[in-house]
Amino acid sequence: MSFPWANEYTPSHPFMKWMDEKLPLPRLVYNSVGSGYPVPRNLNYFWNFGFLALICLVIQIVTGIVMAMHYAANTAVAFDTIEMTVRDVNWGWLFRYGHANGASAFFVVIYIHIFRGFYYGSYKAPREMVWLLGVVIFLLMMATAFMGYVLPWGQMSFWGAKVITGLFGAIPFVGEPLQQWLLGGFAPDNAALNRFFSLHYLLPFVIVGVVILHIWALHIPGSSNPTGVEVKSESDTVPFYPYYIAKDGWAVGAFAILFAAAVFFFPNALGHPDNYIPANPMSTPAHIVPEWYFWPFYAILRAFTQDFFFIPAKLMGVLAMFGAILVWFFLPWLDKSPVRSGSYRPTYKKFFWFGLIPAMAVLFYCGGAAATEPYVMISQLAALYYFAHFLIILPVVSAIEKPLPLPYSITEAVLGKDEGAELAPAA
Amino acid sequence: MAEEDGVRRRDFINIAAVSAAGVAGVGVVIPLVSQMSASADVLAASSTEVDISAIQPGQAIKAVFRKQPVFVRNLTVKEIEEANKVDISSLRDPQTLAERTKEGKENWLITMGVCTHLGCVPLGAGEGENRGEFGGYFCPCHGSAYDTAARIRKGPAPKNLEVPAYEFTTDTVVKIG
Repeated sequence: MSFPWANEYTPSHPFMKWMDEKLPLPRLVYNSVGSGYPVPRNLNYFWNFGFLALICLVIQIVTGIVMAMHYAANTAVAFDTIEMTVRDVNWGWLFRYGHANGASAFFVVIYIHIFRGFYYGSYKAPREMVWLLGVVIFLLMMATAFMGYVLPWGQMSFWGAKVITGLFGAIPFVGEPLQQWLLGGFAPDNAALNRFFSLHYLLPFVIVGVVILHIWALHIPGSSNPTGVEVKSESDTVPFYPYYIAKDGWAVGAFAILFAAAVFFFPNALGHPDNYIPANPMSTPAHIVPEWYFWPFYAILRAFTQDFFFIPAKLMGVLAMFGAILVWFFLPWLDKSPVRSGSYRPTYKKFFWFGLIPAMAVLFYCGGAAATEPYVMISQLAALYYFAHFLIILPVVSAIEKPLPLPYSITEAVLGKDEGAELAPAA
Repeated sequence: MAEEDGVRRRDFINIAAVSAAGVAGVGVVIPLVSQMSASADVLAASSTEVDISAIQPGQAIKAVFRKQPVFVRNLTVKEIEEANKVDISSLRDPQTLAERTKEGKENWLITMGVCTHLGCVPLGAGEGENRGEFGGYFCPCHGSAYDTAARIRKGPAPKNLEVPAYEFTTDTVVKIG
């Protein structure tokens, strides 16, 4: 599955030889993230974010296990146990704020990772499965983050839980029983808090499983690269170790500085002050907002204020919100262009930078703003554009666009010339 | 016998074993799914009595029913008139005020304080809260506005505020649920 010129694992120590016969785990590591895995030599910094996402997942699991040691999933004490973790537990503040900001960091990293995929067409054949598994990971992350935000049982926790489980009530016929089944009651209460805690602990390990599949699927064709030209020869690649281990290590250092700055100096900058008010089922905060990483999708949810033929506005908003992510599953087939990288696609690039990215920025802003005009109308226009990008613009542009000439190979893109290109017949 | 109709003893055992495993699988899934439904103690806390003697016309209170708010509102004459003036066919969820109240008690509007959009508590029951452009309730989450009969008039909510089952046990006490 790797390239023919990949270094072969040759254990020299007798113990490693013995190990290789019984359980070839060192061989797997060597071939996956070691010298035995050739990677395109021209990856830019956007290619560091997969590794950073893995680091974030590890941070979340480690800090999360610590949080669970001090937390009690009971509506009477949940809020207090979080506050006591911060104030009384040795280093508790580090783990609590590390975990809360770790979630934000994880989404920052994953959004850049997804951006990379969009711009460089990483979702295209032969990497469709890598992309599909990535979208699954993103959905699991959203579910995990949502349930985690409920656990401190503050006002935003409670009302976020109520609003999001209320989404299921929009489903015709089965909605209300389904909502009561999900909550174990008529409104979020102890039963809901307990099961959210249970699932919040479970899902990260499900994510680990899907991440393994994601990397496995990636390692069959190998990484894409900024030119989008597939690897042709050995001179197009360098071994993952030491080259990309070192580069990823540099990225981890840069990430750690920013992350530590957030945890130490601005631990509440991304949180909502209302979540320091204990949950009160009788009083809705004046302005319910989800965590920032849900804002674009929340804006789409709220953009539907009129019934759409026979579909009620509420159901329409729910369908659109989930549809905004589910449409990603079809991306490899909606974008028909054989050229992967946006750098060689002048028309796609314009629609990407001046269409999709501003539309998402507008949705992001509106999702955090109050549900009043003009934000509702702006959200509607931006949501319309968002769907038009995937369902109309992308298929049409990929059919009519004339891409720029591609380099013969990665080597040529990097060095300006490739001996293989001179030998090859003119294309 | 087995040879005659083409069914071997082994085929029978195979089908029987897989069927038994399938039934057992369903038997395991039922409790796993069912345990997540509302438990008996949650279902048991199902009715609430509210004393309404102190609520003046134009005022409303929030009571608790099944851990969710209930709005008990004493409508003013003007609010009743406004509610009755509306053309029913123009409503998203057509209902008259009379259908939403008890006979002879048209001024007592008792509804769940749960927005039918996504379950926020609408504003308007407390003193001085924003009652929206139709003078009833206003949900701050996504901007649904309800009129004086708590019927949906504007915004994403699909239905009027739900009227729970209730009865007047005396002139001043209402039993909800």
